[in-house]
Amino acid sequence: MTTAATTLAVKPTTRGSLRKETILPGFGLTLGLTLFYLSLVVLLPLAALIAKASGMGFTGFIEAAFTPRALAAYRLSFGTAIVAAAIVSVVGLIIAWVLVRYQFPGKRLLDACVDLPFALPTAVAGIALAAIYAQNGWLGAPLAQLGIQIAFTPVGIIVALMFEGIPFVVRTVEPVLQDLDKEVEEAAASLGAGRIQTLLKVIVPTILPAILTGFALAFARGLGEYGSVIFIAGNLPMVSEIAPLLIIIKLEQFDYAGATAIATVVLLAGFIMLFVINWLQRWNKRRGT
Amino acid sequence: MDIEIDNVSKRFGTFTALNNVNLTVHPGELVALLGPSGSGKTTLLRIIAGMERPTSGRVLFGGQDLTGRSLRQRRVGFVFQHYALFRHMSVFENVAFGMRVKPRKQRPREKEIHERVMSLLSLVQLDPFAKRYPSQLSGGQRQRVALARALAIEPAVLLLDEPFGALDAKVRKELRRWLRELHDEMELTSLFVTHDQEEALELADRVVLMNNAVIEQVGTPQEVYDHPATSFAYEFLGHVNRFDCTVAEGKVAVCGGEIAVPAEGFNGDGKAIAYVRPHDIEIFNGAVMAGRPAVVRYLMAAGPVAKIELSFDDDGTFLEAEIGRAQLHALDLHVGQPVYVRARKARIFAAAGGMH
Repeated sequence: MTTAATTLAVKPTTRGSLRKETILPGFGLTLGLTLFYLSLVVLLPLAALIAKASGMGFTGFIEAAFTPRALAAYRLSFGTAIVAAAIVSVVGLIIAWVLVRYQFPGKRLLDACVDLPFALPTAVAGIALAAIYAQNGWLGAPLAQLGIQIAFTPVGIIVALMFEGIPFVVRTVEPVLQDLDKEVEEAAASLGAGRIQTLLKVIVPTILPAILTGFALAFARGLGEYGSVIFIAGNLPMVSEIAPLLIIIKLEQFDYAGATAIATVVLLAGFIMLFVINWLQRWNKRRGT
Repeated sequence: MDIEIDNVSKRFGTFTALNNVNLTVHPGELVALLGPSGSGKTTLLRIIAGMERPTSGRVLFGGQDLTGRSLRQRRVGFVFQHYALFRHMSVFENVAFGMRVKPRKQRPREKEIHERVMSLLSLVQLDPFAKRYPSQLSGGQRQRVALARALAIEPAVLLLDEPFGALDAKVRKELRRWLRELHDEMELTSLFVTHDQEEALELADRVVLMNNAVIEQVGTPQEVYDHPATSFAYEFLGHVNRFDCTVAEGKVAVCGGEIAVPAEGFNGDGKAIAYVRPHDIEIFNGAVMAGRPAVVRYLMAAGPVAKIELSFDDDGTFLEAEIGRAQLHALDLHVGQPVYVRARKARIFAAAGGMH
């Protein structure tokens, strides 16, 4: 590959040794645009956030970021996002499986429904979910009789995050399932593996990277989700108050420093988690393909 | 274990993939299913394996009807054209898979699994690669892993679907010889699908020639090559020159020479097709009895046998001939040279109308 690329390159570049010679044109321009865009839209605001937080001084930051109320909010936000992403990974896998493997009437309709959470304003989803799961709602009323309360508890938050997370998993797992070689399953069966064994030992390991990606996306979405959660969560401090809401509350009280402190913690923790997931994926990929 | 295919048909919608196929494979045989793509050979193999259910008919292994049994229950070794290895597993785990998925009671101990896998890997000469992943192996090595994996379940029957189709010529040749050795050593009954006639003729004990959902001919490589039963068999097996000709008074003129037509299959005169193998064409420098004038158009002299393309002077039809190197030198042929050709042997089939 390298030799082919070098011999095919029209002329050797003398500008900078960082730039590798390539036959694909437009590298400089597209990379420049990419960096410019990312800086303007993503990195600059994040830098401002960090700068603002660092202006508080270390002790000030710690005090603002780790109040008992903030700690409870972190726990809730991360906990619910992880649980919801985990549930959605399993359910999403099943939905993707059904969509890829079987032909049935109404398949296209079901397919479209999966994307609905993308299109629906999150607040609308939140109001709808709150109405259904409230104590006098369609599902809330019978569940309340069983002694289960969903709205205004952390469980309600998980339900809302599951709703928002589903398409991320389905849409990342679907193409990988589609590419899955039927022969590999036949090979497993010819070697004596049952359906469950084939699923667990052959299919799931093959699509694990895609499931992890779906999990990461659903988790990231859940961590930042605000609109659909606040209606169903009840927002009781220390019980069902999520970190993004706490940031809003701080902002409304003109406590910009406190808001940025919390935002920084969420940002860093979220980044670390995504990084770990990414690393897991790479590790998994190195073993396979 | 002998395999019996009893009147098997398979239809996909309106398409008939197999039409009343009967075949018996004897224990210890290595049989090639040979035919062009779409002839039904792969479907037949998949039905034997249990990957497809026949629309009608039965499949028997050792006299036992297995038609209703699934792929999993038949315990046949199956090797796929594109290997179908588990890419997230090491070579070792791929081969061990068949033992690891056994019900707990029948599952060998870890130590036995290890020994069996390593002995299979040394059998396919891949023991140093046990820890590698399939992506780190070449095509030929992958196919050997696939073979070791299939043999790990100790099957009595080994089925191979175009096993060498995706490999380059040199590796293919090596693997062929090696499959033959394995087959003999492990006393398997094997069937392999191929569209490569050379592969079928070289490797198999018996060749099953398929075309258009039916079996055209079954026989040893020599039988099917020397005595093709049908015009399809003649055209498919080896290179052949095909001439349209007319039967008159029980004789037919091919390449100038007159050849007697076999009595059976012909009712008097009519259109016929003559097949002449390239090595049955004689070339002369000067005019000969019953020779037909032609011109050398193309010469390919690399290799032990020289391939020569000629065209007849009168109607311009092309034909192919093969002669030994010594003869080539004796004739001192060059492109554009006028020569005389004669058919040493020909096989005549009645043209269209189904008289074989």
